[in-house]
Amino acid sequence: MSHKVVLPIGPYHPLQEEPEFFRLYVEGERVVDIDIVIGYMHRGIEKLSESKHYDQSAFAVERICGICSNSHPFAYVLAVENIIKLEVPERALYIRAIIAELERLHSHLLWLGLAGHFIGYNTVWMWAWKYREPVLDIFEFITGNRQHYGMMKIGGVRRDIEDKDIPQIRKMIDGLKPALDMFKGAVMDDPVIKARLKGVGILTRQQVIDWCVVGPTARASGVNIDVRRDEPYAVYDKVNWNVIVENDGDIFCKAVVRILEMYESVSIIRQCLDKMPKGEFDANWKDVPPGEGIGRVEAPRGECFHYVRSDGTNQPIRHKIRAPSYMNVASDKVGAVGYTISDATLTLAAVDPCYCCTERTTVINKPDNKKIMNGWDLVKLSQEKTVRLRKEMKLDE
Amino acid sequence: MLILEQVKNKLGDKVIDIKIDTPRRVYLALRPKDIREATRVLFKVLGFRFITATGIDTPKGFEILYHFSYDRAGMILSVKVLIEDRKEARIDSIATLFPGAEWIEREMWEMLGIDFTGHPNMKRLLLDEDWPEGKFPLRHEHES
Amino acid sequence: MDFKTRVLTKSLFVFHAACSPCNNCDIEILDVLTPRYDAERLGITLVGSVRHADVLLVTGVPTRKTAVRIKKLYEQAPKPCLVIAVGGCACGRIMFRESYMSPCALDELLPVDAYIPGCPPKPEAILAGVVKLIKKLRGEG
Repeated sequence: MSHKVVLPIGPYHPLQEEPEFFRLYVEGERVVDIDIVIGYMHRGIEKLSESKHYDQSAFAVERICGICSNSHPFAYVLAVENIIKLEVPERALYIRAIIAELERLHSHLLWLGLAGHFIGYNTVWMWAWKYREPVLDIFEFITGNRQHYGMMKIGGVRRDIEDKDIPQIRKMIDGLKPALDMFKGAVMDDPVIKARLKGVGILTRQQVIDWCVVGPTARASGVNIDVRRDEPYAVYDKVNWNVIVENDGDIFCKAVVRILEMYESVSIIRQCLDKMPKGEFDANWKDVPPGEGIGRVEAPRGECFHYVRSDGTNQPIRHKIRAPSYMNVASDKVGAVGYTISDATLTLAAVDPCYCCTERTTVINKPDNKKIMNGWDLVKLSQEKTVRLRKEMKLDE
Repeated sequence: MLILEQVKNKLGDKVIDIKIDTPRRVYLALRPKDIREATRVLFKVLGFRFITATGIDTPKGFEILYHFSYDRAGMILSVKVLIEDRKEARIDSIATLFPGAEWIEREMWEMLGIDFTGHPNMKRLLLDEDWPEGKFPLRHEHES
Repeated sequence: MDFKTRVLTKSLFVFHAACSPCNNCDIEILDVLTPRYDAERLGITLVGSVRHADVLLVTGVPTRKTAVRIKKLYEQAPKPCLVIAVGGCACGRIMFRESYMSPCALDELLPVDAYIPGCPPKPEAILAGVVKLIKKLRGEG
């Protein structure tokens, strides 16, 4: 008779009675069910937006998520520009694309590092984050901040990319390519990583459609959607790039999609730097007329959607925000079930949720409803599996 | 535009009004009672992707916009319904058709107090357990 | 300075306690451990259990869902335990003070020993803040 075990996951005391973000129910070694309790990050930003001017909301929505901190203001300003029917100057469109692709680079490198940490390859973590630093440096001298750049503005961008800074950006981008080659080789050729990630955490094509999943998580299961191509914004229809799609839907495919997307980001940034015309980077606008608008962008995690309704005053009467993770995390209900607890951390991390969210996980033993492990324990389990595999493969002899 | 013609054909007189704001931003007005069938047509028959739903408290009642994306054409079709009865605001759940709509209906219920008939798992999503019953943050009478 | 404090400040076990952050501060805290900033050379290590913590690095704004837990967490940490508020949200709630989800600021729940403002504070700022606190405890001004 199988014995269901609860593994509490969370950096908090195991005896504490509180709902964690992820509650995994296990029987023996297998995850049989999962409760997802969100709301820890809920801070009422949609309601706050109704009491802010249109300009202020652009800053407010940056703080929804630190990692996608550019995507939210980007989708928001597109929504408002959709109401005003405002044309944005071409230079601003190029700058927007450059910032967005730099964000994709930093986000995917961050994910790669965390995945490496969860597997137990801390060198991957350190190297991925080391190569992330130059990207953050570029953000700092273009925008003044490593995160929360405040670049998106209704009508254009807040700051220009000055010509004198462009050689530095090119140098950084060029320096990234050998690192990407290294990561690609490290992930795609390593037998242990293949053993850990192939066939694990599979989301089928039909599940992606039924759960309305977006982003690299969807593209790893053969669902070919990407807002940059489907509804081009900024200059994505003026530069050459590829949508990366894989078909097996497992974590390995999700990793491959993200790594190959980074090459595309590098290429897009290079082309934008080459083609960017001189000129204005900000359009004038007066009022937001009554109406409604929708803006969406392809954030690193997938489609980020904003809907804004205006009544002609200087504050929106409704601002609806849908982050990509809202759809992707919900799909863990099917995506994380059926795998072992050693794979649980990786499976949850594969859809690229907030870092903090993966921390708050609890594992529960189904028969006696006892909590037995927390998030740190799960990470350790995952790392131990790698050690075991390496022994079995006699890699460290 | 081809897909819009197909939508109009299949939905017929369920469509009360249509607004083509731009070629990629189309708004259809429907009656609340037709939402499940309309969603079935859009999602299962025509292959639209469900993005999310927006619930709004307006002077005329609760408006819900169901946003669907037709990725091949890069078009967003938003289906608007107006629920006039504020005291007993109710509409059929579309989560019975596909699980991707479960969370957003839970959110609209707790933020606006709209009941989604037939929802498989109606419970709070974002608000804490101690949040008082009967208070809905996105209703305009609710102060920040 | 007493023996306990002297020992404490030689090697700090830091526990990262998140309320409801946007994750930026959390990532910058992790960044402090990476080679460029390398907090480990200063004897600062991240621990997985609050039972081992000397310092709570708190990020994010306390909301209705997280205020109770952050308080419980503090109560479970062995004393003396220092609390450092990292980031604008933890220091003073910034734009969230009008939110229906935020009942109070962090320092109304816990005694805060140091505030590191910023949105997010850079890893250098986080390190500088921790070092300043250590120096203060050692009476080095």
